Amino acid sequence: MAEGDLSPTPWAIETHGLAKSFGNIPALAGIDLKVKRGDHLTVFGPNGAGKTTLIKLLSTLSKPSGGSVLLDGLDIRKTPEQSRSKLGVVSHSTFLYPHLTVSENLRFYGKMYGLANLERRIEEVISQVQLKARLHDRVGTLSRGMQQRVAIARAVLHDPPVMLLDEPETGLDPHATVMMRAVLEHFTSGERTVVMTTHNLARGLELADQVLILHEGVVVYQEVKQEIDAAAFPEIYDRCTGMRR
Amino acid sequence: MRELFTRVFAIFWKDLLSELRTKEVATSVLVFALLVVVIFNFAFESGEDTIGLVAPGILWVAFTFAGVLGLNHTFATEKENSSLEGLMLCPVERYVIYLGKLAGSFTFMLVVAAIITPIFLVLFNLPLCLPRLALIIVLATVGFTSVGTLFSALSAHTKAREIMLPILFLPVVVPVLIAAVKATGVVLDGGAWSDMSTWLQILVAFDIIFLVVSVLVFEFVIEE
Repeated sequence: MAEGDLSPTPWAIETHGLAKSFGNIPALAGIDLKVKRGDHLTVFGPNGAGKTTLIKLLSTLSKPSGGSVLLDGLDIRKTPEQSRSKLGVVSHSTFLYPHLTVSENLRFYGKMYGLANLERRIEEVISQVQLKARLHDRVGTLSRGMQQRVAIARAVLHDPPVMLLDEPETGLDPHATVMMRAVLEHFTSGERTVVMTTHNLARGLELADQVLILHEGVVVYQEVKQEIDAAAFPEIYDRCTGMRR
Repeated sequence: MRELFTRVFAIFWKDLLSELRTKEVATSVLVFALLVVVIFNFAFESGEDTIGLVAPGILWVAFTFAGVLGLNHTFATEKENSSLEGLMLCPVERYVIYLGKLAGSFTFMLVVAAIITPIFLVLFNLPLCLPRLALIIVLATVGFTSVGTLFSALSAHTKAREIMLPILFLPVVVPVLIAAVKATGVVLDGGAWSDMSTWLQILVAFDIIFLVVSVLVFEFVIEE
């Protein structure tokens, strides 16, 4: 940014030397990232590579052992509440209360986010995830796929500019996966910045503007999509992660 | 301030709705407290001279262990559903979560006390109308649940949380329990306000200390 330039940074997310250790075991070591506003970053990596740890650090759920995360240019450790209001997180856990109905769950989260016109917003998002007919059913009675769609509705209720998706398709059957992809595409298109972790190379690459491969807590590959040959990507992934197919 | 209240109430209401639908905790806590009172009633016949000495202890043993049983679930249910992460993603300061959970634990304990106390008084042949006992219960419940909610969050991160909570929590809450037992003894003996004023002051002091400290340290307890 030029001196005296007060325009916001073009980066929705920046990390500088981001590190996380659990005791003596490093989970992430010095991650440097820059994600432009409106871009979609897909993070690949085998189990234990540090993908979920990265999402937890970006979402303020975990505190870094070193380095920093900037959201819209602001350090999330200094402005945690403000940062969280800009984030929508979808994980393989739904963060929903099974004994409450869909509308009660959404109303609860809406109040926690201090949303105005909450009832209208709930109707809007629940229609978008195609679950209006189940609005008054308890979450525990819904299928896993439906619960995940409610989780998406929960995550976008406050219309966050940044979405963090941690393997959102885990545990879904093929039909539920197709349904959820359509819903996710609706919510992640346009101006929204997205960071998604996935094991699905084809799907992750298809959605990405930028790709990153993590292995043992280290970035071993980082490239913009235009520079990647989709056909050769599985081989690149295997090489980077030391896997053999 | 209104936003804070709305959010605290949202957490309280969410927990209350869940509990009303499952009755998981309420049933077990009430049955446990009732069992304690009934068993002690068999051990000490009503009308005996010793009743005045042991009755306050019996009441607070029932409340304490029933309370621990209830507090064990305060954060455990959030952990089981992974909804604690959802709660922690909300753009609120961590103490808001604490206050919401505290409101739930406090109300729950008071409901248990409101059901168990009259049964206890009847079983031990004691007068039913004791407004000063109600005051002691309210004051002690503030201290008990304010520190209990904190330790419930702490123990939720441990594997053996049902054992860890009483081990960690009971030694800390001892001053509140002693003051509550002593003040209850004065009330059941028909003593004057002045006889119990020191214990009430201790209760109020510990309520304030526990509440303030818990609000301040909750963030460090709940974070990974």
